Amino acid sequence: MRIDLQARSARSPFLEVLSPFAALLTAIVIGGLVIAAIGKSPVEALFVYFLEPLGDPWALTELAVKAAPLILIAIGLSFCYRANLWNIGAEGQFVMGGLTGGMIAVVTHDGVGQEVLGSWWVLPAMLLAGTLAGLLYAMIPAILKVRLGASEILTSLMLVYIADMILDYLVRGPLRDPNGFNFPQSVPFDDIARMPFLMAGERLHGGIVIALIAVALASFVMRRTLFGFDVALVGSAPKAARFAGFSDAKLTLAVFAISGGAAGLAGVCEVAGQIGQLQPVISPGYGFAAIIVAFLGRLQPWGILCAGLVLALTTIGGESAQISMKVPLDMTRAFQGILLMCVLAADVFTRYSLRITFARRA
Amino acid sequence: MTSSAQGPTPLIQMRGIVKRFGAFTANGGIDLDIVAGEAHALLGENGAGKSTLVKILYGLLEPSEGEILFNGTPVHFANPEAARAAGIGMVFQHFSLFDNLTVAENIGLVLPKGERLADLPERIAGVTQRYGLSLEADRAVWTLSAGERQRIEIARCLLQDPKLIILDEPTSVLTPQEAGRLFATLDVLRSEGRAILYISHKLEEVRRLCDRATVLRGGRVVATCNPRDESARSLAAMMVGTHVVEVRSTRLDAAGPARLAVSRLSMPAENMHGVALRDVSLQVRGGEVLGIAGIAGNGQDEFFAALSGERLAAAAGAVRIDGLSVGRNDITARRQFGAAFVPEERNGHAAAPDFSLSQNVILSRHATGDVAHGMLVDLPAARQLAREIIAAFDVRAGSVDPAARTLSGGNLQKFLVGREVSRKPSVLVLNQPTWGVDAAASAFIRQQLIDLARQGSAVLVISQDLDELFEIADRIAVIHHGSVSDTRDARRTTREEIGLLMGGAGDDRVNRSHAH
Repeated sequence: MRIDLQARSARSPFLEVLSPFAALLTAIVIGGLVIAAIGKSPVEALFVYFLEPLGDPWALTELAVKAAPLILIAIGLSFCYRANLWNIGAEGQFVMGGLTGGMIAVVTHDGVGQEVLGSWWVLPAMLLAGTLAGLLYAMIPAILKVRLGASEILTSLMLVYIADMILDYLVRGPLRDPNGFNFPQSVPFDDIARMPFLMAGERLHGGIVIALIAVALASFVMRRTLFGFDVALVGSAPKAARFAGFSDAKLTLAVFAISGGAAGLAGVCEVAGQIGQLQPVISPGYGFAAIIVAFLGRLQPWGILCAGLVLALTTIGGESAQISMKVPLDMTRAFQGILLMCVLAADVFTRYSLRITFARRA
Repeated sequence: MTSSAQGPTPLIQMRGIVKRFGAFTANGGIDLDIVAGEAHALLGENGAGKSTLVKILYGLLEPSEGEILFNGTPVHFANPEAARAAGIGMVFQHFSLFDNLTVAENIGLVLPKGERLADLPERIAGVTQRYGLSLEADRAVWTLSAGERQRIEIARCLLQDPKLIILDEPTSVLTPQEAGRLFATLDVLRSEGRAILYISHKLEEVRRLCDRATVLRGGRVVATCNPRDESARSLAAMMVGTHVVEVRSTRLDAAGPARLAVSRLSMPAENMHGVALRDVSLQVRGGEVLGIAGIAGNGQDEFFAALSGERLAAAAGAVRIDGLSVGRNDITARRQFGAAFVPEERNGHAAAPDFSLSQNVILSRHATGDVAHGMLVDLPAARQLAREIIAAFDVRAGSVDPAARTLSGGNLQKFLVGREVSRKPSVLVLNQPTWGVDAAASAFIRQQLIDLARQGSAVLVISQDLDELFEIADRIAVIHHGSVSDTRDARRTTREEIGLLMGGAGDDRVNRSHAH
């Protein structure tokens, strides 16, 4: 028996649109089998994961809170991935952004409502510093790639653990709240260092607005600018991009800057938004989940918006499944992994058709 | 030659071969007989179905319908090993050799399992002597010329004692002298009663070598003839189906000033298998077409990259466009100074295959074509320009703004040449402008190049096709091992002289000791 992948002669727009849905459906089926294998009801799990949150107003705001960083990071990553550059380290850039922005909040901390050390400028400064920190942290793998040809996949991934360690060290050491009963956390941020909340008493903060602006901006840049053209061209035909007069090195630096900056901004939004202080861990893996979001959204800005909501849904569903069904929380990560594999497989099948031939003897 | 008459059972009979790829029929019921001892030409344009038919015969593809008889017995080749075991050998246009292994190792690698390797050197020596294939068994392949590499492929094939040898465009990488040696080898093979299936688009060669020709067009046999009774023009007409328009080259009265000047251009090889450019100097004047002949892999791609600015020269003065030193300027700047470029590889270099034609207009015209303003692209303007190019250069596209890769080679090349020629560039540099392009499109493109030159542009054509260069070039120079010879007046030089230079005859003397 021989299994061949035959290139399709033309790309079908129908299949391209269908593929993320097919991937999601397949992942749900496989996830259901895993749930059944650990002795729980797949039907109940499907309900708890995907439908229950949608009927609950609290869960809906939570959905937006969790989707915002995913969307923002994935928008940045989509520039990299379109250009066939593999920034896997958004998690680290997110952490560095949150840490650096958070440090400004810690330094200007002087108690609620005092505004002695800082005033209205604190939050903008945090956002700016966080963006820059993520951007600069992403420059490390980008420069290593451009100057030395080092694989950006490995360097960007390894830098995630370094960022985690730096945050961990600082929060347990220099940045620890002196009045915090030795808990490894910073002082709570002042109000001037918090993201504005969209609804009183809710957790929904300005991060989602920033994410939506990023979606619209990315959509414009990709469609209408020469830079967006260059990004797509490099990914599609690198030699043609050089013939077009675009520089590989500049583009590599630019897309890493964008993705690192977006991840850093998401990080500072997270600490200034729902967390409100620095902790040893500030991300439940947003930087990695965003990779799935980028691909599930087919690297299209509006697709990423939808995909971010889907991934956020599984995270919230996973939390309630843990409570109501005693399904381990790791199931959520496992499901997200299955989903990524299905997305990539579906992508292959939009470009190739499968042909199985049984060998005939001459 | 009498063997083509009704006589003994043909060695190979292909009967009603049909091959469909989805909705596309590549072979629509082809009959082909090959008799022992004959040289049989398979002619046709790109896309006529030659490769498909040969791949079916060699066991690489399975026919949708039809049968193959070998010595009168139906056979089914499930794979190339089965075809080789039956006595069919094939020499491909693109060699499959390991560069870092020796000649003998490369030959040993493809022998059927179970053959003794101990007596291999003797067997190689036997084959190479008998057929005049001079080869040194312990040389590493990367040190060999294309002609020598081809001889390895032929020797590989002959060690299995084939009854039919298929050669796919065998002379496309050879100098005229090397081609002559190949023909001598093929004559010996035929005299031993082996059949040869010869695929080529070089019609003069076919007339020299072959007893019979089968002409394919659109997946069907349109004629079977004795090529010696035909002229190259009548054969071409059979392939194309219509009369081929002849390229009209007006005499060049007086060339203008040098618009493209290269002086003392040297450039190290980019990697281990690249070619270094060595002290290249030449001038192309307004009004003329300068041809650069040479065998593949002698620095043509490197020379093109140095002229286009995809690789920068060490000195600004090494490349000058209309007197401006641009050696340190990138391709965008060179375009803005009036130059235009058409690289060899259509899909992937000159064009992005998955991009639409209008996006491919932006690719090379963003700095010179009014299709981008500052940082923004102007998609409507790009679509408009693409439409104009499609109309002016007779590009047959399936839909309004299709992806580049959906066009045939000839149509895409017309579009890509049109994309640059429509700018009326002061300097146009092309690498292999009609490689893999059908005869009608080739003639059209060549005419465009001559017309552009006669309007005052300087046109430099790098080509491995001597017929093409003699058709359109006013002067010809030869590139060999990264050096470019003095130019020769195309009307006063001969193929033999150019062929010797292509083989490296010019390297011994000091190149620029005298002006021609």
